Amino acid sequence: MIETNGHILTVNDLRTYFQTEDGVVKAVDGITFTLAKGETLGIVGESGSGKSVTNLSIMRLIPEPPGKIVSGDIIFDGIDVRKLSIDDVRSIRGKRIAMIFQDPMTSLNPFLKISTQLMEVTELHLGHTKAQAHRHAVKMLETVGIPDAANRVNSYPHEFSGGMRQRVMIAMALSCDPELLIADEPTTALDVTIQAQILELIKDLKARMGTSVILITHDLGVVAGMTDKIIVMYAGKVFEQAPTRELFATPANPYTKGLLKSVPDPAHEEGTELYQIPGLPPDVAHLPPGCPFSPRCERAEDVCHREFPPFVQINENHWSLCHFAKEVYAESVRERAAANLSETQIESHPLA
Amino acid sequence: MLSYIIRRLIIIIPMALLVVTVTWILIRMAPGSFYSSEKKLPPAVEANIKKKYGLDKPVLQQYGILMGNIIRGDFGDSLKYEGQSVNEIIRRHFPYSATIGILAYLLALAIGLTAGIVAALKQNSAFDYGSMSLAMLGLSVPNFVLGPILVLIFSLWLFWLPPARWGGASSLILPVITLAAIYAAYIARLTRAGMLEVMRSDYIRTARAKGLSEWKVLLKHAVRGGLIPVVSFTGPALAALLAGAVVVEKVFAIPGLGNIFIQSIFNRDEPLTLGIVAFLSILIMVFNLLVDVSYAFLDPRIRYE
Amino acid sequence: MEQQQEVVKGASLWRDAWKRLLKNKLAVFGLAVMIIMVVAVTVGPAIIRWTTGYTYDFIPPDGDLIKSFPPSLQHPMGTDDSGRDILARVLQGGRISLMVGVISTLVSLVVGVSYGATAGYLGGKIDNFMMRVVDIIYAIPYILLVIVLLSAFGGQNAPGWIQSISGALGSGQGLSQIILLFFALGLVSWLTMARVVRGQILSLKNQEFVMAARATGVSTPAIIFRHLVPNALGPVIVYATLTIPSVMLSEAFLSFLGIGVQAPFASWGSLAADGIKNISVFPWQLIFPGVTMALTLFSLNFLGDGLRDALDPQTRKF
Repeated sequence: MIETNGHILTVNDLRTYFQTEDGVVKAVDGITFTLAKGETLGIVGESGSGKSVTNLSIMRLIPEPPGKIVSGDIIFDGIDVRKLSIDDVRSIRGKRIAMIFQDPMTSLNPFLKISTQLMEVTELHLGHTKAQAHRHAVKMLETVGIPDAANRVNSYPHEFSGGMRQRVMIAMALSCDPELLIADEPTTALDVTIQAQILELIKDLKARMGTSVILITHDLGVVAGMTDKIIVMYAGKVFEQAPTRELFATPANPYTKGLLKSVPDPAHEEGTELYQIPGLPPDVAHLPPGCPFSPRCERAEDVCHREFPPFVQINENHWSLCHFAKEVYAESVRERAAANLSETQIESHPLA
Repeated sequence: MLSYIIRRLIIIIPMALLVVTVTWILIRMAPGSFYSSEKKLPPAVEANIKKKYGLDKPVLQQYGILMGNIIRGDFGDSLKYEGQSVNEIIRRHFPYSATIGILAYLLALAIGLTAGIVAALKQNSAFDYGSMSLAMLGLSVPNFVLGPILVLIFSLWLFWLPPARWGGASSLILPVITLAAIYAAYIARLTRAGMLEVMRSDYIRTARAKGLSEWKVLLKHAVRGGLIPVVSFTGPALAALLAGAVVVEKVFAIPGLGNIFIQSIFNRDEPLTLGIVAFLSILIMVFNLLVDVSYAFLDPRIRYE
Repeated sequence: MEQQQEVVKGASLWRDAWKRLLKNKLAVFGLAVMIIMVVAVTVGPAIIRWTTGYTYDFIPPDGDLIKSFPPSLQHPMGTDDSGRDILARVLQGGRISLMVGVISTLVSLVVGVSYGATAGYLGGKIDNFMMRVVDIIYAIPYILLVIVLLSAFGGQNAPGWIQSISGALGSGQGLSQIILLFFALGLVSWLTMARVVRGQILSLKNQEFVMAARATGVSTPAIIFRHLVPNALGPVIVYATLTIPSVMLSEAFLSFLGIGVQAPFASWGSLAADGIKNISVFPWQLIFPGVTMALTLFSLNFLGDGLRDALDPQTRKF
């Protein structure tokens, strides 16, 4: 047993690399965070930033080869997941840590009935008999709000709509009452109206069951109302890490600021163009020598192109990977103060 | 579902007739005929032969009579083997082809599926490279080279197995292995590709995230989707195998249907050729139907109306 | 797994594919063997005639009863029933076998691509009819088609242009039979190619660049052959590479039945078929041509597989 300090999950300097034909891709290159029991963490980044790989690493689901966790600790409830045998990892997967994936259309097995797919989890981890597992499956479907669950449980995935399938995924993930739920872009593939319903469902179930949650998304709008703290990733690195309110109020990294500016909000004036971070996401196999964001950064100076930036601590819980972290932070504080003076509409800001 | 099957079965008959018709046209297009392979016949004799087989009538009338008989299931008598009906010849020779065909396909399935699944699971391992190179070899060695080499090794050098002719189980071993080789190679490659495709899919990741063991993931979640290409291949392959494998029958002197068919073409034995072509095309269509029906059992998304 | 975004680089699709091909050891092996094989059958017969004096049809005049000798320094692959040097015959046979592979595949390519592209582009009832025709031809044993084609156009019935080609090459009947074989095999091998191309065209024809061409008044044949076919080239090349070995196998099968390449000409198939008769006494007569042919087909298959992997972006996932 390792000291946990009440944390359900501690990830320390995790590095996961992939061997590709273009050379080594450092998909995750040194990420550190802790997650307290019942807490929700948001991981935000563009595709390819390493946010999914981080979580597949926690579950030890990285395909090897070409992937490999090269260093770091993953401590789940006092257990070093990296040191476990694969059988011991399996006894955690689905039971104590569960996952929901991005695309509910492809994440459910099209060849098997919903009941089979739900039942096999509790049969495996809770030792349910077929009858118990079936009853439990129906109960879980009711919990996630599927009408007529007793009949629908015998359907195949293609007989459900996208939103309903994601509800099934959530029911499946929560059937063993896991301590940690990892939701990897759970709403990206869904219609906007369904998105809100699914997020509401996760929030509600989390409150009821006391589950800790890691919510992965590329959409800052999704994490705003859901999470306690946020990690912003870029090119496999943590760019900024802060409590949610603080990150939204006073970001200390130009990349985060760019992301925040590019979220549309209702107060957005008609006719003005929505902000967009210039350039393309980086080719992770061929990163520039300096700061990986420097080619796209409006604030970049010579040093940014030359030297890799330091991970600067702004305050106890706030870190930023930038040569000018303190300056950017100070700037954000000034802007915030100015905004507070001029109008008191921050409370009504959708992201605050 | 049932009405779909019935509709498909009904279509088989006109399709087979169409194939027979095209075959008949082809046979008639080729110069020469059954009797012209002999020495130049006196005109009177030739006229007699023509009369006997109804060849003196106008072509369209000949076609009409032929089709009329075929629809009643009567393909007439063989020209070469006098006094023997085509149906009788097929009935007599088909069991030989069917026996080695089915045995060979079972063997090919056993080897191909095992090798393909293990190769997919251990992608890029020594087993993967080894078995896939072997499969490629299976596709590259013509079976009329493989068969005699097996005979050379096991019969003539080692004296383990009889070299040829029908009789007893031991005489089946070499022909079945020779015939199975190429199918085993195909199945192994199809299985590996299908399994790799499925093992990459999201729902397999979901199954792993549930904590299922690799074997359970494989057998419960992956096999169904991964084997669909093998099922598609099985229809035509099995039909072709049952219809007779010309080379293997020739090399091992087995009196199967394949050889009879080739001989009938060389002999210009029109009724026999047409009979076997009809039999073969019905076989292919029935097996394709079986494959399509089995899709519906494998994949719940497929519905036939 | 997240797909890693790649910044667009200067290298073209084909250069990328070539680079990937060169990383595939088995494909490189196949390519190397094929290059060696082509060089060997091209210059090999001349070298052998120059060094030893043997040609593929040289029959020694002496009166030995047994003329088939096992491999020796003088005859590295032994000699056949008539005392002819098997190495010289294998090299000469390789010319014909490889030519069958290439020419028949080209014939099947022309027919299959035109047919499939037309069906796919026109669509609707015409497509339906054209593909049913393909289905019916599929159901007819190809061996029957080949035999009919060979006997209908063989010998005296050979079309004038085939006779003039073989006449120009300075050889008579035997060669025109071989040329006929090229076309016969090509004409029975285009069916799958037609299906492959049709599938490609169906998925391409509704894309914007075709709409644009149509809107600017480009004619239908020009759209098919200038806009659609070049875009469907990847799968076509892959399938063509895999057609070569299958056509060579068909030729060998026909030779095995005695209706393929006739003496004094030889192909690997006809050499192996001759060898089978004497397998118990003179195994080298089968083994050398058989193994040479198997090695060639093996290499071509690996090359085809490698090309498929290199050209198919699907396999580029980790």
